[in-house]
Amino acid sequence: MSVTLEINGVTHRVDASAETPLLWVIRDHLEMTGTKFGCGIAQCGACTVHLDGQPIRSCSTPLAAVAGRKITTIEGLASDAAADHNSVAGAVKDAWDALQVAQCGYCQSGQMMSAAALLSQNSRPDDAAIDAAMSGNICRCATYPRIRTAIKTAADQLSAGKTS
Amino acid sequence: MLHRIQSRASNLKTSRRGFLKLAAGASAGLSLALHLPAQAQRSAALSSQGELDANAFVRISPDNTVTVVIKHLEMGQGTFTGLATLVAEELDADWAQIRSEHAPADSARYKNLHWGSQGTGGSSAIANAFTQMRIAGAGARAMLVGAAAQQWQVPVKHLEVSKGVIRHAASGRSATFGELAGAAAQQPVPAQDSLKLKDPAQFIYIGKAGVPRKDVGKTDGSAIFTQDIKRPEMQVAMVAHPPRFGARVASFDDSATRTIKGVINVVQIPTGIAVLARDTWSAKQGRDALKITWDNHQAFQGSSREILADYHQRVSQPGTRARNDGDAVTALARTDQRIEATFEFPYLAHATMEPMNCVAQVSEAGCEIWNGDQVQTMDQGAIAAILGIKPEQVTINTVFAGGSFGRRANPKSDYVLEAVEIARRAEGKPVKLVWSREDDTRAGYFRPAYVHKISAALGEDGLPTVWQQRIVGQSILAGTAFESFLVKNGIDATSVEGASNLAYQIPNLQVELHTVNQPIPVQWWRSVGHTHTGFSTEVMIDKLAHAAGKDPVEYRLALLQQHPRHRGVLQLAAEKAGWGKPLPQGRFRGVAVHESFNTFVAQVAEVARHNDGTFSVEKVTCAVDCGVAVNPDVIRAQMEGGIGYGLSPALLSEVTLEDGQVVQSNFHDYQVIRINHSPQIDVHIVPSAEAPTGVGEPGTPPIAPAIANALAAATGEWQTRLPLKGIRV
Repeated sequence: MSVTLEINGVTHRVDASAETPLLWVIRDHLEMTGTKFGCGIAQCGACTVHLDGQPIRSCSTPLAAVAGRKITTIEGLASDAAADHNSVAGAVKDAWDALQVAQCGYCQSGQMMSAAALLSQNSRPDDAAIDAAMSGNICRCATYPRIRTAIKTAADQLSAGKTS
Repeated sequence: MLHRIQSRASNLKTSRRGFLKLAAGASAGLSLALHLPAQAQRSAALSSQGELDANAFVRISPDNTVTVVIKHLEMGQGTFTGLATLVAEELDADWAQIRSEHAPADSARYKNLHWGSQGTGGSSAIANAFTQMRIAGAGARAMLVGAAAQQWQVPVKHLEVSKGVIRHAASGRSATFGELAGAAAQQPVPAQDSLKLKDPAQFIYIGKAGVPRKDVGKTDGSAIFTQDIKRPEMQVAMVAHPPRFGARVASFDDSATRTIKGVINVVQIPTGIAVLARDTWSAKQGRDALKITWDNHQAFQGSSREILADYHQRVSQPGTRARNDGDAVTALARTDQRIEATFEFPYLAHATMEPMNCVAQVSEAGCEIWNGDQVQTMDQGAIAAILGIKPEQVTINTVFAGGSFGRRANPKSDYVLEAVEIARRAEGKPVKLVWSREDDTRAGYFRPAYVHKISAALGEDGLPTVWQQRIVGQSILAGTAFESFLVKNGIDATSVEGASNLAYQIPNLQVELHTVNQPIPVQWWRSVGHTHTGFSTEVMIDKLAHAAGKDPVEYRLALLQQHPRHRGVLQLAAEKAGWGKPLPQGRFRGVAVHESFNTFVAQVAEVARHNDGTFSVEKVTCAVDCGVAVNPDVIRAQMEGGIGYGLSPALLSEVTLEDGQVVQSNFHDYQVIRINHSPQIDVHIVPSAEAPTGVGEPGTPPIAPAIANALAAATGEWQTRLPLKGIRV
């Protein structure tokens, strides 16, 4: 089927079967490789993107389900961050860089997308809220302590930006 | 992971090194393969762009970029940062102008100096390259300074270098490295012995904060892993692997596969049936549509339960001696107060976030691969052997690995050869082999299952008079090219390390090994033998401390009088954790200390008991002594990560086999820790001027015993089986 998608503000037309997971549309058809393949069954979160602002696992989301909808990937988050450091994207990226969160880095696109979605809905997440929002994202390097701190740092930056 | 060679304690070091050299076909030994000549020579390579190609490790371009060529694989452990720190230090570069890139496969220039061949593992990167990379930086600096002195007609000694700028104070002249690169390339390459390395008091980067990582692109999607490689006309391959180890294809029907859009071809390879397609999803659809009949005549059809039951039988029998101080057998026979524990450890998968994958292209000229390659020289040799070409005809483009934990240093080059077997049947086209998570989990090369038994007795002072440890399990090295060199007198050193060199002073100390062959492929897994010996020894010593009525920290210290670095980390961790101070109701502490890869780590775990009897690990206080701390933040990150990696097998992970098949397949049943399991971790680094040692692995061994010992503080019972899933306190 031929489907129109809006990814990171750009409209793409994709020819692929309806059940093709969005992950492989993004990675193989559109050649944007920041979104990662980790498990294929929505268990690890490496493939997390935003669909109309909500975090989803693109490995388990068929192309047919996202036709005409707005998708944001890590590449979009990075360009949003560059455009406005006081945005949620900017706060997340700055915090991830400042705290040197990434080790192997393979899961971090998904971690950052989940964190950005959390902060968009909850500007002051406590530990329980962080656990709830982030426990779908596995990191085998176990960068979890820094992820937790980075989310709190990003929240601080966002609230400082609002008051200044 | 492959092992460090330099352990003073290890009598295997020479043979290991000797083997790796031989296996690699490498000629040189431990000399600093810097391409810095013994005598000063004219002219380094001057590229047409006016770039200074100072030596094998440092290039400086006119745009003022300093490129550091990293001979080790960046898999998250921070080698892009650590090795670059060493170069930047002696070069007096500005950290911002430094970029790191992976070296090509070339063992003459880029060998691991502890191995004699090119590869990464055994927490050896900083340890083997510490001086080498500093000399590389100092050599480039000397050429830049020489160029400035010549241009400005001033003595070298009147020049100062700071943050990538060379200055002549008297005349006020200055120039950046980039401005001097072209002229510096005309300078003689300095002789190694003419270079003076900094005194540690002068360090500006080594040991300092604010030296951020150089494996960039990991927070914007731009970092390239094997999975992200694109080549013109590249095809994607997925393979149907046998469901049992040792099974083979009897027959297959690919008619359904060939009707799937995007599928290009189906080929039989030694490890199964490969489907080649235009994209990953088509390859997976095609792979899943294959109808294959497997021949199980040679296949493993048993279970891990049977394997472990057999190990429990064997562990009560004498084995092959790996250490024998005093007379443990007689001492045990004489005591009527024997204290015993039997430990059990399951198979474990590495479960890297990036499932195994490799891009390969085979042409008449040779073979080119793109891979998070951890053992370039071995992979080159293995590829060359199956293709009947020379190792130097194999080009390896090393890219970031999405984790490895040992997996990508496969002694049989398993997934790499699978990619090459497909590529050689793909008419010269590049092929990206992609494993699904299920392929990865079920492929074997597991951390072996083990059973240990420790029998001990205490003297009147409460200290152990005898310690007999028996270990039963597969040899990681058996059946590999390493066997004849690294398995000595029936002892695979990787089966007993951490036990055979037990630091505790015990007069009658015996360690025995039963090596049992199994058709389950096994491999090193972050910290290798220490994954199990660290647990059994540290839980047992805790149990003995309790039996003696002594504090667990004081008891260990009393037995470690000859081991100041063990004592140092143990005392620091205890102090920082508030050891001995009261805890809130329902909180318990446990401690463990263990040396691995010449690095000393102690951890205090704080465990909380919940109302339903479950427990959680709330806090870990870690002290590490790794000699000179090159990049303290990377060291802290590796301790955090090593603890987190060890938490999974401590709490959740195990691979089991039933009817010859691996039961687990993906993260829903091969469980690993998530953020909600992750404790607060405080890392403290012991200040040290000792030679630097690795940090990638040593954080892992102490965490499981520290937790088990904390649980024992709650229950009086020392758990002896991992994972601690389902334990109630």
